[in-house]
Amino acid sequence: MPVLHIPPLMRDLTGGRPQVRVRGQTVGEAIEALDAAYPGTKARLCEGERLAPGLAVAVDGRRAAQGLHTPLGEESEVRFLPAVAGG
Amino acid sequence: MADGLRVVGTRPVPYGAYEKVTGQAVFGADIHLPGMLYGKVLRSPHAHARIRSIDAEAAMALAGVYAVVTAADLPPAPPGAPPRARYARERILASGKALYAGHPVAAVAAADPHTAEEALGLIRVEYEPLPPVLDVLAAMRQGAPLLHEELRTRSLAGLAQEPSNVAQHLRLSKGDPARGLAEADVVVEREFRTATVHQGYLEPHAATAAWDADGDLTVWTCTQGAFDVRSHLAELLGLPLARIRVVPTEIGGGFGGKGRSYLDAVAALLARKAGRPVQVVMARSEVLRATGPTSATVIRLRMGARRDGRLTAAVAELFYEAGAFPGAPIDAGAGCLLAGYDIPHAQVDAYDVLVNKAQTGSYRAPGATQATFATEQVVDELAGQLGMDPLEFRLRNSAHEGAESIEGTLWPPIGCHEVLRAAQAHPHYRAPLGGPHRGRGVALGYWGNWGGSSSCTIAVNSDGTVNLLTGSVDVSGARTSIAMQAAEVLGLALEQVQVTVGDTATAGYADVSAGSRTTFATGLAAIAAAQDVIRQMCERAARLWGVPVGAVTYDRTAFSTRAGSARRLTFRELAARVGEAGGGPVIGRGAVDGDQVGYGGGFGAHIVDVEVDPETGRVRVLRYTAVQDVGRAIHPGQVEGQIKGGVAQGIGWALYEGCQYAPDGSLLNTSLLDYKLPTALDVPVVEPVIVEVPNPNHPFGVRGAGETPIVPAPAAIANAIYHATGVRMQELPMTPAYILQRLGTIEGA
Repeated sequence: MPVLHIPPLMRDLTGGRPQVRVRGQTVGEAIEALDAAYPGTKARLCEGERLAPGLAVAVDGRRAAQGLHTPLGEESEVRFLPAVAGG
Repeated sequence: MADGLRVVGTRPVPYGAYEKVTGQAVFGADIHLPGMLYGKVLRSPHAHARIRSIDAEAAMALAGVYAVVTAADLPPAPPGAPPRARYARERILASGKALYAGHPVAAVAAADPHTAEEALGLIRVEYEPLPPVLDVLAAMRQGAPLLHEELRTRSLAGLAQEPSNVAQHLRLSKGDPARGLAEADVVVEREFRTATVHQGYLEPHAATAAWDADGDLTVWTCTQGAFDVRSHLAELLGLPLARIRVVPTEIGGGFGGKGRSYLDAVAALLARKAGRPVQVVMARSEVLRATGPTSATVIRLRMGARRDGRLTAAVAELFYEAGAFPGAPIDAGAGCLLAGYDIPHAQVDAYDVLVNKAQTGSYRAPGATQATFATEQVVDELAGQLGMDPLEFRLRNSAHEGAESIEGTLWPPIGCHEVLRAAQAHPHYRAPLGGPHRGRGVALGYWGNWGGSSSCTIAVNSDGTVNLLTGSVDVSGARTSIAMQAAEVLGLALEQVQVTVGDTATAGYADVSAGSRTTFATGLAAIAAAQDVIRQMCERAARLWGVPVGAVTYDRTAFSTRAGSARRLTFRELAARVGEAGGGPVIGRGAVDGDQVGYGGGFGAHIVDVEVDPETGRVRVLRYTAVQDVGRAIHPGQVEGQIKGGVAQGIGWALYEGCQYAPDGSLLNTSLLDYKLPTALDVPVVEPVIVEVPNPNHPFGVRGAGETPIVPAPAAIANAIYHATGVRMQELPMTPAYILQRLGTIEGA
């Protein structure tokens, strides 16, 4: 199952767990599964059906441009990080 | 030429260069329309005040005045819209409260600029002044005056309960920082402050708006992103995107500061109310008072290292001023702070804090220069305490492919190690300093660059020339680097590619020209369009020759069926026979999502020599070498220009620039006489050194070059001043007065 790395400021919702394994074939499905196990997590990560403004996702060490639609492998590692644009 | 490239890597005269140096280029204020009126903006004299009433009756009664607009003329944000929709409106015209000295309150359109100016003086605004808050730490204190009473801190910990001036709190972490610090043999901890600085572009903001009889809007504007301006206008005015045409003019400098729209909606509102075209051009004082400077910051940084020269941990707090509305570049600041180093344990907390100043905007690698000013001084100090060569210390800890960043991503191929090695090998690094009171500083800097979305079309003409059309605004020569990539793929000389920056009604979508993305992402779109042209040309050749499409190849010289075949047509010959072949004109199309393709960040390593006059505190920059990994320099001359320009701005930020505010929040240095930008007398010959570690996700290896060169500059100069004086500099700008304070020659303010 994919591993979601829980951002430090969200670990109050996961009982302090820094990583959670959940089912999901996309980042969006994995967040749904995370929210089912730890209610409230989706509300912090998403705004409607998109990632929250200013938030990006990295899958297996690489920033993923497809956001919630990014496909996941069986052993994928998912991290949430700031979205950055420049001047 | 290496790699068989004929165009990429050469130094042609850039498109538009002759027009610019001969004064023929059309900038924002050069637009003139029949019957055009002139707009002026009334700005709040108070940094923080409730607006009780606005009475424009006397202004409207003045002969020659056609319209006055206030926030009441803007359609309200849709019900349920997020706060940022309201902020977008309040930023353009204040409603309820003025949030900084210079905040637009009303605007006038008149037959001439003088009448418009006179009319501004007739508008009566009743203000209730409120206490302003101008300092980032003061704004965070309990009981500080609140800019937005409803604002609550947003973070991944959820929305805070209590209102605050802190719009966002961000935390990045890896490993166990407490353990890492405990493992260190030496720990350095310092606090740094950087002043509010302006991008300092020479062309003031200018916008001209006209409505046609169908109610469609056209705006000519100097912007880094025509499509962004279109979206902004559509949101504010409640219009469909297709009914707004934004025409980008030539741009006289942007550096991130022209990524935001200030005047376009004001001009549009005035033009609609007056029933005539309206042009609004800012005065220099308005540019400095009311357009996005970059964040003033306070940064606390603690780093530890072992005796063997390995970094063990870093812990940082970043406090960035956002100005009047949320949006300080804390994400990039936090991401770039430690980017150069492979550190096992780290934590960065960053805060986006509102103060009563103009809303901060992007400025060349937004957020990174301030962060690097802190990191590179602490790293330098650690190297000194360990008795190590500063570049060797950095090399021992440098980020590398496969290492994990503090954001949790794994570094792709990067040139961090390579730029440090190139700096170490440069003769400058070992050259004698040649005099007393002189010091040499080095610093490493990083900017992540960006991908974004871009598109291009290429139309083939019957004489073998082509027209390339893109919606990417040419901020700093991108037209040329885009066309060069297309020419390379098409096998044409650059002179055969005519490139046009289109407007939002004629060109396909392109994200704002920012984040050092344009040569990368729009270049990719141009390559895709050129490949599409070749595919179609092969198809036309196949029709002419009556052979399957797969039998035709193009070797960047000619189309043929096989080597030595009599069936052979040059690009020009085939272009002349496209009509004969059937199938219609050849128009290639390219559209890319640069984020998906994979952009590549760029590292730079700077070496600088300075001389510090111990009596006056004056710093002279004697010699400057800037090494940078750009992936591939499509046009090395333009890349070198970017590096030199970035260093020049970095020297200004380091030594001279800083917005000075009175206690009431009004800006004191509102002209370029008082806001000191570096001139040719202040900047030495800068030697750029291009390193090319290709981005594997671009056919030519492009990373982007525009922003990295400013990032290490203030830190490198601060380190040089330290090595000249033995005293660490913890503030920007490092003016003579500040240096004398630090040297103990004079008392601090």
